[in-house]
Amino acid sequence: MAITSDVLVVGGGLAGVTAALAAAREGVDVRLVSHKQSTLSQASGLVDALGYVPAVRADGGTAGARDDPASPATDDDPTRTPTAGRTGVRDRPDPEGPLVDPFDAIDRLPAGHPYRLVGADALREGLALFDDVVDGYRGGHTDRNALVPTFGGTVKPTARYPASVAAGLASDDRPMLVVGFRSLTEFDARQVAARLEAAGVPFPVAGVEVAFPAAFRDDARVTRFARSLDLDESIDGTPARRALAAAVEPHLDAVADGAARVGFPAFLGDDEAPAVRADLAGHLGADVFEVPMGPPSLPGLRLADRLYDALDDAGVRYETGVPVVGYEATDEGHVEALLVDRKGTEVPYAADAVVLATGGLVGKGIDSDREGVREPVLGCHVPHPEERYEWYVDDAFGDQPYARFGVHADERLRPLDADGAVQFPNVRVAGATLGGADVAREKSASGVSLATGLAAGRDAAVEVAR
Amino acid sequence: MTGPDDTDDSEEQRDDRPDSPPRDDPGSGPGVPRLGRDEQPAVYGPDYQFEPPDGLDESVVTEAAHPTADGPPAMTSGATRTDGGASTAGGDLDPANYDAVDVFDTGDLDLRDGSDSCYKCSTCDTSCPVAEVDDSFPGPKFQGPEQWRLKRKEDADIDPSITDCSNCMRCDSACPSSVPLSQMHNEARGEYVEEQMEKLSTEYVRNRILSNYRFFAAIASRTPRLANFVTGLSVTQWAGEKLLGITGEREFPDFAEETFREWWRKRGGAQVENPDRRVAYFHGCYSNYNTPEVGKAMVRVYEAFGYEVMVPPQKCSGTPMFANGMLADARRHAETNVEELVAAIGEGADVIASCTSCSLSLRQEYPELFDLHGIEDVADHTFEALEYLRIHEDLDGALADAELDGESFAYHAPCHARNQGLARQARETFADVDGVTVEDVGDSCSGISGTYGWKAEKYETSMKIGAEMFEHMEDAEGDVGMTECPTCAMQMAHGTGYEIRHPLQLLESALVE
Repeated sequence: MAITSDVLVVGGGLAGVTAALAAAREGVDVRLVSHKQSTLSQASGLVDALGYVPAVRADGGTAGARDDPASPATDDDPTRTPTAGRTGVRDRPDPEGPLVDPFDAIDRLPAGHPYRLVGADALREGLALFDDVVDGYRGGHTDRNALVPTFGGTVKPTARYPASVAAGLASDDRPMLVVGFRSLTEFDARQVAARLEAAGVPFPVAGVEVAFPAAFRDDARVTRFARSLDLDESIDGTPARRALAAAVEPHLDAVADGAARVGFPAFLGDDEAPAVRADLAGHLGADVFEVPMGPPSLPGLRLADRLYDALDDAGVRYETGVPVVGYEATDEGHVEALLVDRKGTEVPYAADAVVLATGGLVGKGIDSDREGVREPVLGCHVPHPEERYEWYVDDAFGDQPYARFGVHADERLRPLDADGAVQFPNVRVAGATLGGADVAREKSASGVSLATGLAAGRDAAVEVAR
Repeated sequence: MTGPDDTDDSEEQRDDRPDSPPRDDPGSGPGVPRLGRDEQPAVYGPDYQFEPPDGLDESVVTEAAHPTADGPPAMTSGATRTDGGASTAGGDLDPANYDAVDVFDTGDLDLRDGSDSCYKCSTCDTSCPVAEVDDSFPGPKFQGPEQWRLKRKEDADIDPSITDCSNCMRCDSACPSSVPLSQMHNEARGEYVEEQMEKLSTEYVRNRILSNYRFFAAIASRTPRLANFVTGLSVTQWAGEKLLGITGEREFPDFAEETFREWWRKRGGAQVENPDRRVAYFHGCYSNYNTPEVGKAMVRVYEAFGYEVMVPPQKCSGTPMFANGMLADARRHAETNVEELVAAIGEGADVIASCTSCSLSLRQEYPELFDLHGIEDVADHTFEALEYLRIHEDLDGALADAELDGESFAYHAPCHARNQGLARQARETFADVDGVTVEDVGDSCSGISGTYGWKAEKYETSMKIGAEMFEHMEDAEGDVGMTECPTCAMQMAHGTGYEIRHPLQLLESALVE
């Protein structure tokens, strides 16, 4: 068995990378494997910590999910939000938020939430590690959330954000122009502006739609736009950055008092993004910022590049494109090796400790079908109601039990079996694979990954060193 | 002639052919898919036998295999072909007998699951090196699941832009949903070349020549000096460009004066006999005809570790053929390769390739596209040369005492290595070895993609894609390049003028010499 490491991290997203970096800082030998290229390319590039504390069902969202026979979910309790197909949607209380300070709200999250397991300090340290290894991000100067406009026209409370979105913050009162492109149908600038206005932002805002300077087909990929701006390619004789500014310039007065800042969909360059923004700002005489987009997301790709460079710098070895399909363990559940699929051949990767950061239901680190919900790599126990109609509620935006599905862990993030005992003593679970958080409603996905990734990686390394 | 008449003509012609799928019955109404290629086993090659997938209604199978002379088969009943293909034979529509996971018939090339898995996140498009430089290329998402779906309900042609795909296969490892994108592309490209491409066109002839490199290399290698002289002539390059559309910007690779196989025979074959540790070397065409030093390095390194090396007869791995939609050619070569390699596996060998495109082809494209006896065994037993040693030997230990004399390499990971999870192995293997630096020049594609960059009309795209790699190579400390892929090596040399070596050659210097 030739492929060995002290700590083996499974998963190439924010939680996995953080765990690998945290472990490497303890001086142990770390390897990271990822089924696919990092799915950070699907992420917005914003790093949220905790934006809201949503209301949970009266049972704390724990009925059934905790396999707690003492408080079975029943229909005759009027304080309960009914589960699917029962009696329809009841009023959903507003969440608490947007929060100014994510740290002091952690105690108000439900018991079993990953933040409650690792504590506010782990979140602080996770963010500090992030600040340390990722250049070009802002927000580290304060505990307070920043308010970043999104391409849906909402405002997202965020702990860290790329410098490229800095000029767009909603707490800034300068007049804002949002620019969309006819060919980029998923970004409707006028709707973004209208929604921001409806949300009561403290500045005048307008949206305009322009044609991207010709020479591109309507269905060109965002990478094509980014590349042309990166290289400042000539478009019909005009450099791309100047041509883009010329298309936008006539609209600067669309907003009252003239735009002091102009927002674009997030395709303003890749490697040369700061120079692209600076050039555009120079041509337009206004600050320029990006509005993060849905996948595929250039801010997410840029973040992935920086994080993987950090792995290199830290001496972490990594491989992508290699799924883990099984494991070898002792009778006590001590995992000795993970079996990695190399195009049909299972190759053992030996390690003293494992961090499982394979994602949640969306990232396929948690799998489900009609029969049940499971964690496919190690088969960690995933508590969930046996009755499938208990998995979800009718209110699409309500307190969905499935959103909290995941592996339950002890305070050292070791996975727990159905009896609450540690299932694999040398395994730590991090990120969305952990249950107990509704990260979409809380706006906490990145923070949970940073906090639990840090705690899991460090604890794994300390155990190995011992 | 008008459009509809054209269509009718072509349908008649197609239905004359024995393995042509039946067309839609015009009277069957909307929403009824024809029995598509995807619902059949692998269909390529002259010796294809139709084997009905389990659960497919027999009357449909019979008609599919033997279309009636007077046109497309009629619907026998609503139960045989229903919208979405539900298996409701016998007319039993009781939901209790209706199993959701068995709704669709699945043949070897049923791409429906893959298509359904696509949730259109477009990550594949972002990973596509062609789409990044050429906005007229609609990207892997269109070429794969979208085009596949478009073809379900009507007899749409394959979009010619499929030939702009370079088959780098990056989309495969980008897709978070495991959509078999490259398999879909290979299938679409095969169909395009088979049914839509003019067989007398320069493009077809040129692609056939490029994808059958082995055939021409074998001839050239009989008189390598003459061949090198001829291919080096500017008139040859001129003629290649004017007559065949092979770019005149590139210099043809030199043929070795002694092929790897000639060297192997002359040396008397294996120098180590060891029935317990055997490997069968799949050298591929390029190591044999052009860079036998790579093959020799493989043999010497493996023998140093005590392996008995076998060199079975072999043909092209098929990589250039897949990329050009020449699936029948690829299949023919695969038959030999699979037969020979299965025999070697039977004698206890694992299969080792030094070219990462060869190993990817044996591991992924073979079982995805062909149904040959033992093909899965071959896939499961195939490894890249360095990968195998890293798994089975204590390579770090062996290299601990090695000393090299201060060499620095600008290493480029081929896309096809990336797809096997091998993008980092060369860098990692030599990271702690004294006297050598292997610097990764980044994750961009080299742009040549086998035969792609040799086509006159693709040359510019190829060089635009490669620009980032050239720049990073220039920035790197060393001025010798390193990669596992022969055509990436051509592109690296073409863009920078560097000499390019294979990691096996460095391993040989460290462990053998």
